[in-house]
Amino acid sequence: MSAAAIPVEQIKTITMSIYRFDPSLDKKPYMQDLVIAIPTDKDIMVLDALHLAKEQEPSLSYRRSCREGVCGSDGMNINGKNGLACVTPLSEVLKRGKITLRPMPGLPVVRDLIVDMKQFFDQLEKVKPYLITKSDNPDIERIQTPEDREELDGLYECILCGCCSTSCPSFWWNPDKFLGPAALLQSWRFIADTRDEATEERLDDLEDAFSLYRCHGIMNCVSVCPKGLNPTEAISNIRNKLLTREKN
Amino acid sequence: MLVNEIINARDLPVMEFDGIIVGGGGAGMRASLQLAESGLNTAVISKVFPTRSHTVSAQGGITCAIQSDDPDDDWRWHMFDTVKGSDYIGDQEAIEYMCSEGPKAVFELEHMGLPFSRTEEGRIYQRPFGGQSKDYGKGGQATRTCAAADRTGHSLLHTLYQANLKAGTNFLNEWFAVDLVLNTDNAVVGVIAFKIETGEIYYIKSKATVLATGGAGRIYASTTNALINSGDGIGMALRAGMPVQDIEMWQFHPTGIHGAGTLVTEGCRGEGGYLLNKDGERFMERYAPNSKDLAGRDVVARSMALEILEGRGCGPNADHIFLRLDHLGPEVVHKRLPGITELSKTFAGVDPAVQPIPVVPTCHYMMGGIPTNINGQVISVDNGKDKIVDGLFAAGEVACVSVHGGNRLGGNSLLDLVVFGRAAGLYIEESMKQGVEMKNASYDDIDKALTRLNKLNASTEGEQVAVLKNKMQQNMQNNFGVFRRGDLMEKGIEELAQTRGEVDSMFLKDKSATFNTARIEALEMQNLFEVAEATAITANERKESRGAHARDDHPERDDENWLKHSIYYSETKEVSKRDVNYRPKTVQAFQPMVRSY
Repeated sequence: MSAAAIPVEQIKTITMSIYRFDPSLDKKPYMQDLVIAIPTDKDIMVLDALHLAKEQEPSLSYRRSCREGVCGSDGMNINGKNGLACVTPLSEVLKRGKITLRPMPGLPVVRDLIVDMKQFFDQLEKVKPYLITKSDNPDIERIQTPEDREELDGLYECILCGCCSTSCPSFWWNPDKFLGPAALLQSWRFIADTRDEATEERLDDLEDAFSLYRCHGIMNCVSVCPKGLNPTEAISNIRNKLLTREKN
Repeated sequence: MLVNEIINARDLPVMEFDGIIVGGGGAGMRASLQLAESGLNTAVISKVFPTRSHTVSAQGGITCAIQSDDPDDDWRWHMFDTVKGSDYIGDQEAIEYMCSEGPKAVFELEHMGLPFSRTEEGRIYQRPFGGQSKDYGKGGQATRTCAAADRTGHSLLHTLYQANLKAGTNFLNEWFAVDLVLNTDNAVVGVIAFKIETGEIYYIKSKATVLATGGAGRIYASTTNALINSGDGIGMALRAGMPVQDIEMWQFHPTGIHGAGTLVTEGCRGEGGYLLNKDGERFMERYAPNSKDLAGRDVVARSMALEILEGRGCGPNADHIFLRLDHLGPEVVHKRLPGITELSKTFAGVDPAVQPIPVVPTCHYMMGGIPTNINGQVISVDNGKDKIVDGLFAAGEVACVSVHGGNRLGGNSLLDLVVFGRAAGLYIEESMKQGVEMKNASYDDIDKALTRLNKLNASTEGEQVAVLKNKMQQNMQNNFGVFRRGDLMEKGIEELAQTRGEVDSMFLKDKSATFNTARIEALEMQNLFEVAEATAITANERKESRGAHARDDHPERDDENWLKHSIYYSETKEVSKRDVNYRPKTVQAFQPMVRSY
């Protein structure tokens, strides 16, 4: 959408207060207020508003791709809460004509709203986020009952946006040791998959003081997940699995 | 060396790989998986983290005769449907290969862990999709599209990423490929690419370069495509002197959400949903008495556009159509179509289990692309003869192999990208075993590939990217949409010609080397413009109506003159014709018939 395309009588202005930082130019980050014109006849998403801001200030940087909440690019901190800009209606977050956007907390800022996701993906890789099988593959697909497949609902839909892990204090304090809610949700996704044949080694890998047990169940992850997933539940499922295993 | 300097080939650091894949979507990651598993030093260059690629947005499924729903299903029936769907300009050798190899490729995905939905017997769940039939069109609707709820693309893309992690593929994530490097023998010997985060720029040298950059739907103002779909591979190929084929063939998906453009899967109609006009009439019964709402996408999109043009559209402005699902009951809607429920609530404010979804035909898929053979090898056409381009491959939406011809069937894009990503990988693996030498490029060759970037970095004045992009998108939307007309297309071509100079000498104000999205958008705009111009000129040349290309001034299909591929080169801006392949290896070719549903 272009600002020029909106008829004058249907415009109102809002203020976007945006975290700005380009390490090659700025000594330190600052908040920039951009006043943009938005249509009054329909609601737009925070991402649409960012596009309008970028037309005015082309150096403004943020990630985006699908603009429909499935690719996980545009996780950011909107008025203090993590979310996806592309599926957050402006009307829901606009307060007295103003909105504040910052990068997701806890990770190093690369530029403006863009964070360095390396630690997040490093933790994901530690849980071996892929199916491990030892038996031979059949000529057709592996058979799985609808009930067994249902165990993966609420797990496989994760889009790796990082909203959960970067709103988790345990991840902020120990981003290199605590795996974080996103990675642990994926860990459970494979443990719960009846086709996977590496449950024991997956559980072994989690048996230390930090990887899993740093979760204190404060559930920030659940409250911010844009896909409505429940990493806390996945984590407690892994805990239960570890506990019952010890009894045996 | 940083991307914001004026760059000289002599100063440019070099990285070397056996194979590089430009693009981290389904096709790219299927190719890279094949190479990495065979022990070749492989790198994926992706401008976004791979799971952000547009494959993630595919919903309804992957069409393939795996004989789960129907034990008697036959890949030859799937082939018949695909040839008919293509309006007879799909290459039959390629379609035969895709449909017959398909089951293997789909089972491999399941073995990698793709969480397909399941039948009561525990097999992969399949749903009906448009244009599907049993027994060569004589046995009624088939049920052939393998699905993971309505998140099949997401599941497929994540599964391929996971499998690549397991295989140890090198990922150059958030790296942007600028242009191909060609040596004086016209062999492709790698790409110029930079790391977006830091701006470090390299010549990435390789024995095999695979373009898997996806589509370019962003040439239109209204599209289901992701913002990243900017036709980068097409731009690179055209600038390097390669042709594009059937690039005038753009699919308009019948059901994009009105206003937002986001996709609503054909699987909705596969599960029993149907379209209604303002009178509450199920109008597809008039246009396609047999297949109704599951006719070919081009047929459904045109019927909807006609309903709206003739004043039977819904809403206060009579500008959309309703997609009805509530009669299926909340159980089916929420279980089989959970993603659609979410999207409809977010972008249309309706719960499809209760209210209809407002939809309009929306630009969705580029049937044309870089011509290749079934091994993914890029073909250039020299005096009417095919010639293989040394070192260059293409797979997925960027390629035109051509399995979709004038109109793609739903569920065939995911199949295309895994089958031909895999095929390119297999071919490269095999040829590397035979021995492929690393070819060199001179500094001059490399400097040539740096021209565009250097010009942008040196710019001190010129037009802004956003202005040029809006202008192009409106032009394409108004003059090259569902219905086309010679005089309007000529006007559109003229406008593009006037803008060409401005696009070549755009102004990049922000010269920072750190995650500079303004620079990326400028480079993407130049790629989009190449696609738009190729589309416009070729569309005007094809003086007939076939598949998605519907002309008011040439309403009939013209098999005598146009049972052909179009071939376009940007250097001359000329359009020529190439024969369609009617030589499948194991079955009789399907001859053109009147196409009705």
